[in-house]
Amino acid sequence: MATLPPVADDAARRNLRVGLMAFAGALAMLGLGYASVPLYRLFCQVTGFGGTTMQATESDAARAATLATGQKISIRFDASVPADMPWTFHPSAPTDTITIGERDIATYVARNLGTTPVTGMATFNVTPEQAGKYFNKIQCFCFTEQTLQPGQEVIMPVLYYVDPAMLDDPNMQGVEQITLSYTFHRAKDPVNPTSSGTN
Amino acid sequence: MATTAEGFDAHHDQGHGHGHDAHDHADHKPGFFARWFMSTNHKDIGTMYLIFAIIAGIVGGAISGIMRVELAEPGIQYLQWWAQFMGGGNDLNTALHMWNVFITAHGLIMVFFMVMPAMIGGFGNWFVPLMIGAPDMAFPRMNNVSFWLTVAGFFSLLFSLFVPGGTGPGAGTGWTVYAPLSTSGSVGPAVDFAIFSLHLAGAGSILGATNFITTIFNMRAPGMTLHKMPLFVWSVLVTAFLLLLALPVLAAAITMLLTDRNFGTTFFNPAGGGDPVLYQHLFWFFGHPEVYIMILPGFGMISQIIATFSKKPVFGYLGMAYAMVAIGVVGFIVWAHHMYTVGLDVNTKMYFTAATMVIAVPTGVKIFSWIATMWGGSLSFKSPMVWSMGFIFLFTVGGVTGVVLANGGIDDNLHDTYYVVAHFHYVLSMGAVFSMFAGFYYWFPKMSGRMHSELLSHLHFWTFFIGVNVIFFPQHFLGMQGMPRRYPDYAEAFTFWHQVSTYGYYIMAGSMVFFFVNIAYALLAGKKAAANPWGEGATTLEWTLPSPPPYHQFETLPVITDAHDYHDHRPVTA
Repeated sequence: MATLPPVADDAARRNLRVGLMAFAGALAMLGLGYASVPLYRLFCQVTGFGGTTMQATESDAARAATLATGQKISIRFDASVPADMPWTFHPSAPTDTITIGERDIATYVARNLGTTPVTGMATFNVTPEQAGKYFNKIQCFCFTEQTLQPGQEVIMPVLYYVDPAMLDDPNMQGVEQITLSYTFHRAKDPVNPTSSGTN
Repeated sequence: MATTAEGFDAHHDQGHGHGHDAHDHADHKPGFFARWFMSTNHKDIGTMYLIFAIIAGIVGGAISGIMRVELAEPGIQYLQWWAQFMGGGNDLNTALHMWNVFITAHGLIMVFFMVMPAMIGGFGNWFVPLMIGAPDMAFPRMNNVSFWLTVAGFFSLLFSLFVPGGTGPGAGTGWTVYAPLSTSGSVGPAVDFAIFSLHLAGAGSILGATNFITTIFNMRAPGMTLHKMPLFVWSVLVTAFLLLLALPVLAAAITMLLTDRNFGTTFFNPAGGGDPVLYQHLFWFFGHPEVYIMILPGFGMISQIIATFSKKPVFGYLGMAYAMVAIGVVGFIVWAHHMYTVGLDVNTKMYFTAATMVIAVPTGVKIFSWIATMWGGSLSFKSPMVWSMGFIFLFTVGGVTGVVLANGGIDDNLHDTYYVVAHFHYVLSMGAVFSMFAGFYYWFPKMSGRMHSELLSHLHFWTFFIGVNVIFFPQHFLGMQGMPRRYPDYAEAFTFWHQVSTYGYYIMAGSMVFFFVNIAYALLAGKKAAANPWGEGATTLEWTLPSPPPYHQFETLPVITDAHDYHDHRPVTA
């Protein structure tokens, strides 16, 4: 090779070009790996994947109400806290029967049994998972931080409706009850402000 | 059929001369330290990768021996001793943690430090440049960096065994490193070292993949079009692309684990808005192509060997090449079949079931093309050939159980049982490993210049074949009866087949004696290998060079003419 420097230089340049292109491909995949975090969240929010509930506005709710046929569905409310969370947390009523399409309000009660203020963060989903895209929340405490003083009790409302479109979905046939489940996690200290408050 | 191109005579000069004239600098080697620690020579780096893979294989294989001995009967027999030996406590929890550490180390070592370095680093480095008629890899110094990054990764993993990992020393997360076990579930630096080990090995592999892609695209000898490349080169090219696209996703996922563990991020922590299932998606987006990364170079080697010892060109060359491309492409869109039980809805499962089964089509193309290559061929059952035929049989068994497991409904029942363990060991510990031994016996004379003993190779084959089947076939039964994987203890009803499986391990371990004795015999007393010890069936360019090849080869590039058409493969008679 050394006897032919111009050829060698050319070959080295071509190699460098292909090598850099390949490396750029690897970097792009690294970027895609990180981009998957917001993309995954977006995907779940749009499709209701994994029982992710939908967000709705008052006008969406009003439109849904016009489509209500009077059919009923049972909603079960579930609440839990991890072991390291010194709270009690439970729904005011374990089940409710509602008219599909009409808005309803449910309440959960949380109480701090500890001796220090504790900040909690709620996560939630519904089962069966295919019900996620029909379960619309207009207003709730989901995923916002709640700080409770020692002994403090709060009542947290969820304003929601079930989209009548579920009646046309073959995957929802035979679904007689939707379970809305909340878990209150202990927020990390110090609280990460960027990850709160989507719904 | 022969690839002796006109431009080739130059080599014969180099091979025969021994430093007596000015032309003969092809065999000039640097001193020991410079040669082996600062190596830029693809053959030396390939040799180092192979030695490294053998050492890692001994460590990983010894760990599986510890596990098999422990599993020979119900109850905990030896784990407490090992926990104390590794510097942990005497309690049961530490002993059980030790088990998790063993399964983790076995998996990571075998995947990242045995199969990948041997297939890609070892055989790929050695034979891709030789087969395409290139003097070396495109970036020889980067090649060296790749190797030492891999070694550093191995040491980082070994180091993790001796530092606290939560319930005891070592990282006990499984090779999948699922959150939250790997985040909030494992306190202490062991998991950080294990993750760092994957970072290092992954960086080494990405650099290696870049190197292979550049080499194969830019440095083929004149006349060697992509469609004339030997299938082993094709397999490494596809593998390099898989590495390049899959490993960075793993790097992203485990970096997120690292920041979740140490810097308060919550990518996989629901308390902060994350989702542990996202980790599984990311891991398997890497993990599924990874299993093809481990087997595709094996496919390539098997194609070369079957053609060589059938004295026929491989059946359906283009179909074989593009079957590998198809497997690589489809391999990226089937990942969630590893996660059927996380709560996917029925349509998602349906898609992943169908897509997974589609992979059986190009794989079937390969299996049948190998059989068709042998059909009507003039077969000679030399050691590489028997290993290759063993590969075809055992890989097919593993492929069939793979189709069973592809069904989302059946997987609900078999997920994380020994059936899965049996399946992936049939495709890896028999598929990939048989192809590596086949490749090893095929190219050992070329690499070392010495012939190994055919008798010892055949003994190795038969004892190994019996051993691994006795280990893994009963594990199908255990799995179907409900024995979950990753447990050191089990209900008494499982004892019989576990015992059989452990006996199989002893047979397999014993068979490795033949392997090592064979290497020692060949290096000490083996006959000198001719340039082409396998005869007229061996048509690729490496057999036109002396054995071992000169330190620098192809200073005059070989010219490939139409007569070397690998898919038409007309013998050169004129």
